[in-house]
Amino acid sequence: MSIILDHVSHIYGSDTAMAVKALDDISLVIPDGQFIGLIGHTGSGKSTLVQHLNGLLKADSGHIYFNGQDIDDEGYNKKELRSKVGLVFQYPEHQLFEEDVFKDVCFGPRNLGLPRKEVELRAYAALKQVGLPDDCFYQSPFDLSGGQKRRAAIAGVLAMKPEVLILDEPTAGLDPRGREEILGQIEKLRRERGITVILVSHSMDDVAEYVERILVMNKGKLLYDGEPREVFSHYRELEEVGLAAPQVTYIMHKLKEKGVDVDTDAITIPEAADAILRALS
Amino acid sequence: MEIVKTDKLVFEYIRRDEDGNVEGINRAVDEVTLGIRQGDFVAILGHNGSGKSTLAKHINALLFPTEGTVWVDGRDTKEEDEIWNIRRSAGMVFQNPDNQIIGQVVEEDVGFGPENMGVPTAEIWERVKESLKAVGMYEFRKYSPNKLSGGQKQRVSIAGVLAMHPKCIVLDEPTAMLDPNGRREVIRAVRALNDVENVTVILITHYMEEIIHADKVFVMDGGRIAMEGTPREIFSQVERLKELRLEAPQATLLAYELQQRGIPLPDGILSIEELVEEILRYRRSLGGKE
Amino acid sequence: MLRDITIGQYYQTESVIHRLDPRVKLAGTLIFILSLFLFDNFWGYLCAAAFLAAMIRLSRVPFRYMIKGMKSILFLLLLTVGFNLFLTPGEALVSVWKLRITREGVALALQMTARLSMLIIGSSIMTLTTTPNNLTDGIEKGLRPLTFLRVPVHEIAMMMSIALRFIPILMEETDKIMKAQTARGADFESGGLFKKAKAMVPLLVPLFISAFRRANDLAMAMEARCYRGGKGRTKMKPLVYKKRDILAYLALFAYLAGSVTVGRVLF
Repeated sequence: MSIILDHVSHIYGSDTAMAVKALDDISLVIPDGQFIGLIGHTGSGKSTLVQHLNGLLKADSGHIYFNGQDIDDEGYNKKELRSKVGLVFQYPEHQLFEEDVFKDVCFGPRNLGLPRKEVELRAYAALKQVGLPDDCFYQSPFDLSGGQKRRAAIAGVLAMKPEVLILDEPTAGLDPRGREEILGQIEKLRRERGITVILVSHSMDDVAEYVERILVMNKGKLLYDGEPREVFSHYRELEEVGLAAPQVTYIMHKLKEKGVDVDTDAITIPEAADAILRALS
Repeated sequence: MEIVKTDKLVFEYIRRDEDGNVEGINRAVDEVTLGIRQGDFVAILGHNGSGKSTLAKHINALLFPTEGTVWVDGRDTKEEDEIWNIRRSAGMVFQNPDNQIIGQVVEEDVGFGPENMGVPTAEIWERVKESLKAVGMYEFRKYSPNKLSGGQKQRVSIAGVLAMHPKCIVLDEPTAMLDPNGRREVIRAVRALNDVENVTVILITHYMEEIIHADKVFVMDGGRIAMEGTPREIFSQVERLKELRLEAPQATLLAYELQQRGIPLPDGILSIEELVEEILRYRRSLGGKE
Repeated sequence: MLRDITIGQYYQTESVIHRLDPRVKLAGTLIFILSLFLFDNFWGYLCAAAFLAAMIRLSRVPFRYMIKGMKSILFLLLLTVGFNLFLTPGEALVSVWKLRITREGVALALQMTARLSMLIIGSSIMTLTTTPNNLTDGIEKGLRPLTFLRVPVHEIAMMMSIALRFIPILMEETDKIMKAQTARGADFESGGLFKKAKAMVPLLVPLFISAFRRANDLAMAMEARCYRGGKGRTKMKPLVYKKRDILAYLALFAYLAGSVTVGRVLF
């Protein structure tokens, strides 16, 4: 059970003079149950990449295998793929449309042709998983607060019971606490259900705490692929492509330059505090 | 002199059900009294729904007080004859870059405000040129806004306001929809506005890194002003910020964590440089090898 | 993709046509369309085609770019041709089953094709070479006499300009929402007409809501920038006729007189 990308390329506007190579020869294995951060600035190709994973976009060359099967094969069930690989778009609250939240969350599982009972069970479970209070369930989605709308929309994808959950900038526009809450909920979900999660973001600070693997994209190419500390050690190169390591990384490197013998691997605040205390004692 | 002043400002939204009956009243702004000095860089913080945007819209006479008074440049916003003068002296930049650009060409959009004000043609061109230069977008003057990045669009919006020669600009979460590069561009332009053009800036945001250079910070919660002070005073209260659903910058948080573990660092550290400096000073005080 | 619709989208380049006063271009478009409906023989259309080709040449907009925008109207074009081809009574040329193609039908279909395609290309030259603001200014000033009849000319022009500005944004939005719903298993393609119509609900509801939100935001942004209708407004780019505009008017009337003579009187 995994996703394999084999030399995948995608070109926008290939029939015009302004052709842009959005994905350039990407090869990649995403094993089961991993928590991955996909980082890149706007236009780096990260959104294009994730839209390939559930078959919304088709690769111009190369192959994508989901659980061993080529998703571009004749007769491959794209609808089923989309239920297995759930994609939550940026500002997902803009896709809400039903009269009440519960009905909206039912939309996905209903499209899968499941029996009504099952649809409702799933919708209920999904709403619980995103931590939406019960009294919101039968409200119009447009009466919810920004953060609640976002959760309702995420529940809409979760209700399809995906094995892989991709979230494109799930925290965009939320306040700090809202960001933390959403990310915490996703982390909990992953722990409990053991699903693969791909978090698309342009903020290293956001993902540093949570993910076990970081993919960095730049100009359609995969620039780095590794554990967070390994990727952040390239903080100078990251800066050159318009990204930045978490602030903590900078602090640790600055201290080291000034002769404080700290462990520069620290990426979260408690880790950094530990390292500084160790170096000072 | 105070460019913006409010006295016990209250604003209430009335929620109605489908039949138009009053369902409830939401007090979005609750007895806010504040003063903003001409030429200052002021930040207003607060989580989503804390009332900061509602407050901002009063400064531009887009909303009017339910109770209390707002004065902009000495003019009461409730006086109908003054609305256009108020909007002229206090410009506003909004969150969504796509929903505030009217022109199909950058320069035409920047000219929109002065056109509405009845500025003579030759002077419009002068103002458009100056304003686009001030935000570093002059070379894009012939572009379609659809071809620009989010950060560039926001800078065009800022230029559009600047061309009206306001005394004060209110920016309502101008960076919320941008990526880190765009955010940096916009904040740089906003700071230049304040430093070079001497325009009073009122920046509404929930990104803490953006307000380090502010002269004054107001933190809002539940429609009220919950905290008020310099960035240093605000950030020295890490716990209080957390209660208000906000988060201090990483450097401040790390300093706080170290303090908690017994290292005597000063309160309210704002930047990486300061933190590194303070840690080094502490190490020297230990009599460590240097 | 939906985004590829280029009708009405300004194409940035330097050309004589770009520099012309929008009122000239408006009048030119009207005259050209008028001429298309006056012809009753092949030579008239040939004249029009030659004139159109010259204009395309002068506008420096790549022909391919113009044609790309027509794809979306192809269906309409085919429909018209089909109707004319099969439903015009007259002398039968071919008849298959219940369908008869008549000589008159072929002639009419050809005429309609020529008319429609030239009409579309002709008017798209105007929108391709004129920024919407400029175009709106042209309409506003050109139609100013109507204000005496209490027609809100300025407001109409402003609405047009805003609509044009938001077309690409809403197109992109449609695309995005469509993808998001597809990711939730929505199916916009299969099924009969009823099912398809029903499948549009999850697309249309969010789209309308978004359009309203944008309209609301924009109205507020315009008010914040002191917009209060056309009164007391000055112009950044006021319209003043130049020598080339006068020449263009002369050329237009020459074309109208010439082509109508050829297309109606002479043959």
